[in-house]
Order: sequence, then structure tokens, then C-alpha cells
Amino acid sequence: MKKEFKGRVIVGGYFKGEALVSRKGFNTLASFQKSIVTRAKKAKCSDQDNAEIFGKEMTGKVLCLPQTIGSTTAGLVLMTAAEMGLQPAAMLFSRPIDSLAAAGVIMTDVWLNKKIITVDQLGDEFLEAVKTGDTVEIFEDGRVLIE
Amino acid sequence: MKNYQLELTAEEKEILEGKKGPLLAKVMETVVRFGEAFGAKRLLPLSGRPHLVTSFGANTIKPYYGILDELIAAGLRTYGEFTVDPRPLDYVNVPVSLAEKILFKFIFGKQKDYEKQLRQLGLKDDDAFTCTCYYPEVGNTPARGDVLAWSESSAVVFANSVLGARTNRNSAGIDVMCNIIGRAPEYGFLTDEGRKATWVVELKLNRLPNAQILGSAIGLKVVEEVPYIVGLSELLGTELTDAVKDYLKDMGAASASNGAVGLYHVENLTPEAKDFGRDLIKPGAKFYQIDETELERIYRSYPVLWKKPATKPALCFIGCPHLSFNQLKTWVEALFTELEKRKLPRLPIPVVLCAPPGVLKRFREEVPVNPGELKAKNIRLTYICPLMYMNNPLCAKKPVITNSNKLRTYSTSRFYPDDEIMNIIFETAGRRES
Repeated sequence: MKKEFKGRVIVGGYFKGEALVSRKGFNTLASFQKSIVTRAKKAKCSDQDNAEIFGKEMTGKVLCLPQTIGSTTAGLVLMTAAEMGLQPAAMLFSRPIDSLAAAGVIMTDVWLNKKIITVDQLGDEFLEAVKTGDTVEIFEDGRVLIE
Repeated sequence: MKNYQLELTAEEKEILEGKKGPLLAKVMETVVRFGEAFGAKRLLPLSGRPHLVTSFGANTIKPYYGILDELIAAGLRTYGEFTVDPRPLDYVNVPVSLAEKILFKFIFGKQKDYEKQLRQLGLKDDDAFTCTCYYPEVGNTPARGDVLAWSESSAVVFANSVLGARTNRNSAGIDVMCNIIGRAPEYGFLTDEGRKATWVVELKLNRLPNAQILGSAIGLKVVEEVPYIVGLSELLGTELTDAVKDYLKDMGAASASNGAVGLYHVENLTPEAKDFGRDLIKPGAKFYQIDETELERIYRSYPVLWKKPATKPALCFIGCPHLSFNQLKTWVEALFTELEKRKLPRLPIPVVLCAPPGVLKRFREEVPVNPGELKAKNIRLTYICPLMYMNNPLCAKKPVITNSNKLRTYSTSRFYPDDEIMNIIFETAGRRES
């Protein structure tokens, strides 16, 4: 049965794809650093403190997370990942977006003309319901369907 | 023009519509959309000087350099001359092997070009590279009430808590945008409500604790929320003397890195706590009590990331965040005293003391110590960011010790409090640096 959630749109768009779920704070620098430095074709999570997604592919996925954490360079890191084509297709936040992630997705949209579809405030229930590998459909108005 | 909830002045609307150029419009759009994400009602004009976090010319952040090129080509500069975090490299004073140097040149290959961009954007001067820009020797000390758009986490927490200025904990990139446009969205720590405490942290201690461990305990517990700290002024005093500010600087940096604290209040000590007292505590605030047992638990919980934990250290970093003049002088004197006491000509491992260029200059002028003598004793004075040094994978493999909880958190270095680290330095017979 499909489950529907409604959040707030930060960067709008439609996408249907595979979920990658981090139930703990997503450390942007630690997660992307290795793939950026090694100029990988696809980004695999290199954050050893995040066992749930460590080593898993992030590029093109629907990254489901509570918030991002870590270094204040995070906005630039996300933008760099996007410029290299390593970014997730979408980021779905259960909580209100944090300033580091907001900087990254907004600057990517405005300055690189690339969209990481972003919806926040989906609620704790969303993060409890979604599992890595689920198909997730995201709509322009902030609706999210888990299939 | 898209309809925004955020109320803009006539001038801000004109900028957004592109009447002052397409690049400035893009900068304004970025700041406005960022503000909308946090429900900001308006933009506030910035005061004081800017401080930026990105000081390193890393090869990995190429899109950032591209944006700066666009801004510079359009003739845009920050609203005031800015300071920026420390430089990453100092081959003269910090030990590096040939292999490490080659890797550093690859990692920070854009350093020279990036510093040129910073000068074009409005860098204060060539000595403006430090994370403790608020020291008088640096010349970027915000006044109480100044509205800032800073991003260096240790500087943000100091400016908010100790100086009573107002800044959110911004990301790199957004700091540049806000400081170009000279405005920041009004939300979070820029509002009276956002500066209220949601935690009461009570100290049950008979002696002043190590600032780094206390800050770590607070950060790990409250994460990004605002703590109101009770029982510290009884141990630290009720006046913001230079020594007290140094203590709060180190405590705040640990709370900002072990957690994400951007503002704390210390009862009877920090400016807002002195003025408003417990009115700063929000109803329903959570409670955390810290005693000696809790501090010991926190200290013992730190993982050792060395491959062989029993290895003897090879290098010691002191000064993350950068040391004040008094801290630098005290460390040099303490190391000299210990050398004399132990009748040793030289420290067994290099001890690298990191401080702002302005503080190092003052030290050279006011303290009668020959630089050659310092080097001969294995005491190195530098302006670098030790975190940047540890970003080099080869350096990260070395057994480095530090008295900084921030450096511990973001690197493989091992933390010891001041009283222990002095013994570790002298009791080691670890391998020497090349």
C-alpha cells in the first residue's frame, strides 16, 4: 500500500526513484569527501560513522534524512558534488532543513542551474516508514509517495 | 519577479529585479531563498566586519572558485574588509616530509589563486588569516548587537556568547553571499526569541573544569540548542577578563564541534545573562547536571583512532582555535620551565603552537625569545590551521596529540587535557619528524 506524506518545498520538481535512508544526521563532508577527492563517477558514502549508508551509492538516489550535520563547508561540498554529477536526485528531510543543507541545495539551483529536489518537514513518521530500496515518488507540491 | 513571503525594502526589490546588475540579483536571490527556508520575515543590514570560513584553496571546490570569479568580474566586494580562517600551509615552521609536501601541493593546489580572489573580494590584509579574528591583534572584534553573517563555528559561538553580537551558524558560500549583499535573513540567533535557552546546564563541581571537556559535554548533550550554564561563574569569576575569554573561547569551540552549539549563556558572566538572567530560559527547558563523574565519563568516551593506540606520539598541536597572546606566552614559558626542570636541551617531539599572524608578530616584538632558540628546543610557532594539516592523509596516519577537542573531533589526533599533555610530551621518546 502506498503511503503519502506532505512536506514543504525548498527546491521543487518531480522525480521517481530509489530511496537511500539515513536515520541519523547526514554528514555531508564525510559522506562525499572520498568520492570528490578521487573523482569517482558515482558517489558512495564514505562516512564511517554512519553504518546505515556507509559504502552505499548516493548518486541519483532519493536521500531521506532528518537533517545534515558536520562541517560548515557542507554547502560548498554539496555544490561541488552536484557540479561533478555526483549529487542525489532528491533530498527529503523529516525535520525542518538545516542551514548547511539549505545553502547547498539553493546555491546549486541558483548558481549551477542544477536541481537537487528538496522537500523538508515530512515528519518523523516519514523516516520511520521509508526504507532503503523503496521506490519514492516526489511531486512539485511537496507530496511524497512511498510505494 | 517571484513572489516571496519575505518583506523586502524598495532597494532590495530593485536589486532582486536586476536593476543593479544580474550578478547582484543572483546573490540577492540566493540570500532571499535561503531566508525563506527559515521563515525569515526580512533581511537585516550587517554591521561590524565579515569573517569567512573558507581559507583553503582546495582542488575539490572548483564551482566555488567559478562563482567568485563571476562576482569579481562584476566588480562586487564584501560590504566591509573581511578576515578569514587560517592558511593551511607553513612549510617553514610545521614539520612535513617530502611525500606530505607533494600531497599538500595536490590537495591545496589552488591556494595562491584563491588568495588572489580573496584580496579582490575585500580581504582585510595578508595577516587576516585566523579563526580567532576577534583578538585585538587581528582587528575584527564585533561589538555587542552587531549583526553578522559568520560561518566559522568557533568564531560564531564566541561572537554570539561572549561578545553579544548576532550571527547564525552559516554555511560556507552563504557567508560570501550575505557579506556581498550586506544583509542576512532575520531568523535564529538574529532574533531575541532564537537566543533564549532551551537547556539549563548545572555544574556541580568544586574546581574549574578543563574547558575543552566541559564544552564537549555540553555540545554532546544539547547539540544545536542554546544552553544556560549555571555554576560556572562561581569557579571562573563574573568579569570577562582576557583569561576568562580564553577559557570561554576553548569551551565554546569544543561545544560547537562536539555538538553544534552556536550560542551559550553563562549565568552572571556573559553579556546577555548578566542583563536578563534566568528570563533567558524558555519554559520547559531541559536539564543537564555535570559533575566530576560525568566529565570523566565524557573524557574516557573519546575513541582513539590511531592504528596502534600504544604508539608514542610524534607531534603535538596546541591552538585549535588559535591561541591568544597570553595563551601563547604561557605555553612557551611552561615548555621552557619544564625543559629546565628536566634538564633537557630539546623537547622529545615537536610542539606546534598555532596563533594568528598578529599575535605571533606581537610575541616576537614583546617576548625576548630568539626564534632560533625556539626551533632548537623543538617549539614551533605557526599561523596554520592544524585541521588542514591533518586533512593530508599522510599526516592523518601520524600519531598526533592535541589539547583541542575540536581538532580531536575532526581528525585522527588524540586529545589530552593540558595537565596531562605536558607529561605526554616529555615522557615520549617517539620518532622524530623529518
